[in-house]
Parts: sequence; structure tokens; C-alpha cells
Amino acid sequence: MDIEDIIKPENKVYAAPELLEEVNMHYCPGCSHGVIHKLVAEVISELGIVERTVGVSPVGCAVFAYNYIDCDWIEAAHGRAPAIATAANRLWPENVVFTYQGDGDMSAIGTAETIHAANRGENIVMIFVNNAIYGMTGGQMAPTTLIGQKTSTSPYGRRVDLNGHPLEITNLLKELDGTCYVTRQSVHTPANVRKTKAALKKAFMNAIAKKGTSVVEVVSTCNSGWKMTPEKANEWMAQHMFEKYPLGDLKNSES
Amino acid sequence: MAKIQGAVTVNKERCKGCNLCVVACPTETLSLQPYEVNDRGYHFAFMSNPEACIGCCSCALVCPDACIEVYRVKID
Ligand SMILES: Cc1ncc(C[n+]2csc(CCOP(=O)(O)OP(=O)(O)O)c2C)c(N)n1
Ligand code: SF4
Ligand code: SF4
Ligand code: SF4
Ligand SMILES: [Mg+2]
Repeated sequence: MDIEDIIKPENKVYAAPELLEEVNMHYCPGCSHGVIHKLVAEVISELGIVERTVGVSPVGCAVFAYNYIDCDWIEAAHGRAPAIATAANRLWPENVVFTYQGDGDMSAIGTAETIHAANRGENIVMIFVNNAIYGMTGGQMAPTTLIGQKTSTSPYGRRVDLNGHPLEITNLLKELDGTCYVTRQSVHTPANVRKTKAALKKAFMNAIAKKGTSVVEVVSTCNSGWKMTPEKANEWMAQHMFEKYPLGDLKNSES
Repeated sequence: MAKIQGAVTVNKERCKGCNLCVVACPTETLSLQPYEVNDRGYHFAFMSNPEACIGCCSCALVCPDACIEVYRVKID
């Protein structure tokens, strides 16, 4: 069959998400943020909640997320997204509220807001993009940076004696009674993309059902900060990041 | 036996030439343009081996910039 006969509307099996804006995203080629944006856009559409969804964007590379996914947004000060999300949900409880935060935002400057919102069991979704680095500001060490990992502020590799241990904030959040669902996923293969989408959907459904706080960590790449090609960054992530940040559900309360 | 044939379209102006679709494709259907670039200077992806496509969506799923749409037909 000719290509022209295959490329017809009735044969379409995968389309770009409706809620994703046409404007080009500013992310570096191959950045995980783009894949995660697509999934968030798809889940909001599929759940039919676009009119009542409010995203809270971070400071970090995803600061302009509000330009890309066509729902309502509030831009928070660095690390304060969970506090803003608390207000957006408490003042108007029909809202479905999610934060979208990097590891610097969520587990460095915003640690207090993150832990207290989860401990209060706010009915929100926290999407945690863990690329083990401060991407936006030029690849500095983050709390999540691996031991031995080179960054612009740990040029000889992170050292425990000098810089402490990588912070697994998701593991801490799992221990809090306010969280109902805590999971760690990735988007480096087609199968993992599908799993992350299912995890996001579950998290949004928990927020709709007011079950408490859902945390979806996506172990991600920052190929620019890591100074690798996108392909190599995915390989490096699978080899090194998953050892410290293993994929899978950490908590899944069904009640 | 029914055979599956697929095809993809790449939004060439949106593509950033990251190569992730090329490595995700199980049938080596895709390549980056070796010489030609889009308006932003990226070597965009295209079907260099269109007969091989099985419409599995792997390329589209991993594309960070939502450039790829996938079509699939069953041929009896
Ligand atoms: C109050 C304040 N402190 C510091 C900064 C500088 N700053 C901007 S983004 C960022 C970290 C971003 O890292 P992360 O949250 O991991 O996001 P990524 O870019 O990696 O996605 C920092 C420290 C700032 N903008 N505001
Ligand atoms: S600096 Fe890193 S996190 Fe930021 S857009 Fe580039 S690859 Fe993505
Ligand atoms: S749909 Fe599947 S076979 Fe076709 S180009 Fe994409 S990854 Fe390759
Ligand atoms: S994954 Fe997307 S952006 Fe990257 S080369 Fe393929 S079509 Fe272009
Ligand atoms: Mg980061």
C-alpha cells in the first residue's frame, strides 16, 4: 500500500495531545520535560477535567510550562508550588490541582513546602521531575545529584564528606500519612512512557476523589547539564540513576 | 494472515533532531536528515525506510516535542 493511502485520518493511531499548544517548547533537544508535558496534557484531556484543572509551575526549566499545556496555571516562587497548590485547592475544592517541579525546586529550596503539604494530605498531585541537577541555571549540583556525579559545582564528582548523600525525598514522602500514592517512573522507553501515563492518571484520579497527596516522581535526564547526547543521557540514567532511584510504586493505598 | 503496515508524519519545523525516535524505532524506519535542516537549524527526522514501518507508535511516545503522528492499516 502507498504511504499516501496509509496517511489518512481514519488510520490515525497516535496524534499530538490536543491540550499541547502549537508553540515550540524551549527545552533542549531530547529533554525529558517535553515527554512529561505530553503525558500531563493527555491525562487532563482524557479525564475531561480541563475546565477545572490548575497547574502550578516551578522555578527551573519548566517555569514556562504554562505556555505549553492549555489549562489554568499559577506560577509559584521557587519551591513554593505545594503551598500555592494548597490554596488553589482549598479555596475552590472542585479544582484539580497539580504541581510540576524539578528536584532543585522540590527537594532543595522547597523541601519544607513539599513535606508539609504532603503531611497535611492536601488533595493535590505533585509531579517531581528528578534529573539530579539544576538544569536551568547551568548544571549545578542538586540534593539529588549522585555520588561521584560531575556537575558545574562538583567538577570532580559529588563527595559524601563534602556534600552529603543524595536526598531521596520521594522515600520520605512515602512515610507520611498524608500521601496516598507515591510512585517513581521514567520516560526513556516507549513502555516506560506508557507506565508513567498510567501513574499520572491514577494520581489525578486520587486528587479528584480527594484521597490525599499523590507524588509521581519521574527519573529524568538533563542531557545539556550532564553534557551528553540525549541518547547517551538515557543510557546513563538507566545505568546509574535507577540504582539510587529504583522505579516502581513506593506506596499505593487503595482505600 | 493480516499484515500491518504503518506510516508516520514528522512535524519538521517542530523537530529538534534529538534522535530519540530513531533509536526507539524497532524497525529502523527513521533517520535524521543528513544535510537538510529546518528553519531553526535542526536535522529533522524522516522516514528513510518507509516500507519497514509497523505503526507501533514507539517513536511518537518518546518524542519530547510531539512531532510525530502515526497511522496504521491492516492489509488482508
Ligand atoms: C529564590 C531563588 N533562588 C535561586 C534561584 C535560581 N534558580 C533558578 S532555577 C534553580 C534550580 C532549578 O533546578 P530544578 O528545580 O532541578 O529544575 P530543572 O531546571 O533541573 O528542571 C535555581 C537554583 C531562583 N530563581 N530563585
Ligand atoms: S537544561 Fe536540562 S532540564 Fe533544562 S531544558 Fe535543557 S536538558 Fe532539559
Ligand atoms: S511507528 Fe513504530 S515502526 Fe513506525 S517509525 Fe515509529 S517506531 Fe518505527
Ligand atoms: S524524537 Fe521528535 S524531536 Fe527528536 S528527532 Fe524525533 S521527531 Fe525530532
Ligand atoms: Mg533538576
